[in-house]
Amino acid sequence: MSLTIEQRRQHRLETIEKSLSKRHRKENTFRRLGLVAVLTGLTLVAILFASILSKGVPAFWQATLYTEVTFDPDVIDIAPKPERQEGETQYAYDERMTQWLTQAGLVNWQSLIDASLEQALGEEVEPRQLRDLRALVASGERYALRDRFTEDPSLLGETVSLKMLASADVDVWVKGNIDRDLPDARLQLSPQSRAWVDVLQEQDVLRQSFSTSLFMNTDSRSSLASAGLAGAFMGSLFMMMVVISLSVPLGVSSAIYLEEFAPKNRLTDLIEININNLAAVPSIVFGLLGASIFIGYLRLPLSAPLVGGLVLTLMTLPTIIIATRASLRSIPPSIRQAALGIGASRVQTVFHHVLPLALPGILTGSILGVAQALGETAPLLLIGMNAFVANVPGSPMDQSTALPVQIYLWQGNELRNFFEARTSAAIIVLLGLMLSLNALAIWLRKKFETRW
Amino acid sequence: MSNFALIATLLMLMALAYHLGLTRSRAVASSRDVRLHSRPGYYGTLVALWCGLPALVIFLLWSFLAPQLIDTLVTGQLPPELVSGLGDREMQTLMRRISALADGRGVAGGGSPEELAAASHMARLQTLENIALIAVMAVLAVAGLVLARRRISPTWRARNQVERVITFALAASSAVAILTTVGIVLSMLGEALRFFSFIHPADFFFGTVWNPRFSTAGSSGQGEFGLLPLLWGTLMVSAIALLVAIPVGLMTAIYMSEYASPWLRSIAKPIIEILAGIPTIVYGFFALTVIGPFLSMLGDLVGINIRTTSAMTAGIAMGIMIIPFVSSLSDDIITQVPKSLRDGALGLGATKSETIRQVVLPAALPGIVGAFLLAASRAIGETMIVVLAAGNNPVLHANPFEAVSTITVTIVNQLTGDMDFASPQSLVAFALGLTLFVITLGLNVIALVVVRKYRQQYE
Repeated sequence: MSLTIEQRRQHRLETIEKSLSKRHRKENTFRRLGLVAVLTGLTLVAILFASILSKGVPAFWQATLYTEVTFDPDVIDIAPKPERQEGETQYAYDERMTQWLTQAGLVNWQSLIDASLEQALGEEVEPRQLRDLRALVASGERYALRDRFTEDPSLLGETVSLKMLASADVDVWVKGNIDRDLPDARLQLSPQSRAWVDVLQEQDVLRQSFSTSLFMNTDSRSSLASAGLAGAFMGSLFMMMVVISLSVPLGVSSAIYLEEFAPKNRLTDLIEININNLAAVPSIVFGLLGASIFIGYLRLPLSAPLVGGLVLTLMTLPTIIIATRASLRSIPPSIRQAALGIGASRVQTVFHHVLPLALPGILTGSILGVAQALGETAPLLLIGMNAFVANVPGSPMDQSTALPVQIYLWQGNELRNFFEARTSAAIIVLLGLMLSLNALAIWLRKKFETRW
Repeated sequence: MSNFALIATLLMLMALAYHLGLTRSRAVASSRDVRLHSRPGYYGTLVALWCGLPALVIFLLWSFLAPQLIDTLVTGQLPPELVSGLGDREMQTLMRRISALADGRGVAGGGSPEELAAASHMARLQTLENIALIAVMAVLAVAGLVLARRRISPTWRARNQVERVITFALAASSAVAILTTVGIVLSMLGEALRFFSFIHPADFFFGTVWNPRFSTAGSSGQGEFGLLPLLWGTLMVSAIALLVAIPVGLMTAIYMSEYASPWLRSIAKPIIEILAGIPTIVYGFFALTVIGPFLSMLGDLVGINIRTTSAMTAGIAMGIMIIPFVSSLSDDIITQVPKSLRDGALGLGATKSETIRQVVLPAALPGIVGAFLLAASRAIGETMIVVLAAGNNPVLHANPFEAVSTITVTIVNQLTGDMDFASPQSLVAFALGLTLFVITLGLNVIALVVVRKYRQQYE
């Protein structure tokens, strides 16, 4: 059978017509797939933030006992606080002071807390129930009481209203982070303690209050409810000081050299490839470098923010170099040519004309690099910054942890139902810091961005 | 005088030198009524540099060498009966005790008479050394200042010299990047070689059992250090991560660059890129508290037992982490495909998706593959997510819902808490690190070459 040309055309058109709807369907599917991918990304961001916020925000408030504590002279039976006498040496005075403080440390402060709780409960507590009673208060509170007294010994015999942190178990119970129908053996609090918690809540002695301990205290192992971020925060701050004071000058100057001065030869090519690769080296390799060179060879102290800062400096250096080079490259050559044309030297051209114009970009890149360093955990684990440190570090050479490492340590704590919230709160603090650094960088870029 | 005060004094002296050089050059210029070669500031800077730099160099060398010299001198003076039979470790302890006694911190128990004698010797030497250092620095600084100030004349090319110093300093700081790489390679090679003196490389690279035991358990050669279970775990987690990240990331990039309205693009792009800025420890926590329980619940629904920490949990979290990485790299590459290719395809009657699938993507393929390789190298080197969520179970198996262990996790496990690099148990971390470094380096180099070739193609 033979078809005319006209028929063939007709036939072809029909095929196209038929396939067209199929092709359009495919087009729509493809398009929808893309949209789904974008929405997936957005949803993941939303889930991530929602889960962390919903867990972490409640941890900023903590179950607190508002009670009256009497500094009972019968319990606090010690000599008056020594005062410096005429002609006494500093040493002798310190000696007496230490003795007095030791004496004050031996006072049974816990019994004062017991008494104040008994009063709040309105009942006598039998000695065998003291354990249940003491389970209500964070164990660090007796030291807080002691410190309060040694600061101000005139409190002797006075009755003061105090805010005491309830123990972690109470906090978990009050917030409902534990299934209340579990059998007694698996609940953290005894039935008696739980009954008391209810009484105290009814009398409004036990209520939620903003957790200053999260920010003011250091990590604690004995008194879990008062574990805080102060030590980790200072550690991170010291590290960031080291990182900023080393990586920004070094990174910016080597970028200036490579971009503006270096002759184009094999060596500079090598440096360039090297920097690009260094930027993609896994962070843990930098930790190995730190462990082997700074700790093993140079014998710098373990767990010190100085070493952490050095490791993070090496890690952020490539980021800053690459950002600075990009920023320098975006300055049009006409600026350089104009400066050189009226007789400026190359150094003058760079430092008087190019650098000021590139400064916003350099600043943005540096801030982003520092923010990245702030959130880095893995290399710090290898140089011992995951050690338990109970003091706020006073210098970059002291033992310390860092914010992300503290998160790592807290997420591994056995008291899961308390520390999951605590960890999320720490993550909120860390993310808050990082996002504000990022926001600062974006703001700087927006404000000073020049289109040539 | 403490080092801090010393440096502060030097800086003040340099400020003074700058001022002297500045005034002197002005005076020279006005008295002889000639034009200076450089502006007065350069003379000031040069005088300050002459004053400060030599003293600073001496200071650095000195603080590096002097403590070692003093240690040697004190060790040489120690009575033989105190030193005899002491091992390396005990010798270090002894020196630490002596230096604690010497700088007045003291040690528990007060120290033996020999130690006290050595300590006072050390303290004397330290005082002497400190005075000598100050004297040398002072002489150098003042001499530099005076000589440089005297040399100021209209023909002295101060600017050129200052600029030479600046250029040198800039070049020196770009050497730091090189030194870092050299440091990484050397330190890891050195420690890895020490590890291979305990364990034969073939047993390490081709061993199928990972069971290092504890370093206290006995002498060397006891544990089994097979790399393969760890490598397998690493590859499994990374593969899962890429299976999550590549479809989502690539489709996001395509939609963003080809379909999305500028409005959606300006909002969605930064939000997705937030994912790139979140610290990995947060992803680890997210995996542990959200993804793991979710998978476990899904498993319960279907009736299989899925552990909370598994290759799947870690892989999904890691995949989420590298979505923005894949999407922004691919986005860059797709937008680089010339418009003429698209216009040609559209002009022939192709639909938009046909253009993308049959013209744009093939043209962009090398670049996109490069982006995938970079993403893979990032996934392989990622640590905190797997430490928290992979479950640390170094056994060869093919089930993604079982716990695995990776190279990075093992580095962390073997090295935390143990800083005495003597046993194969801790040294193996460096052999693992070297393996990791080589793998990621290889991936990066290939990726960079591929991406660069691709860029040149359309430039």
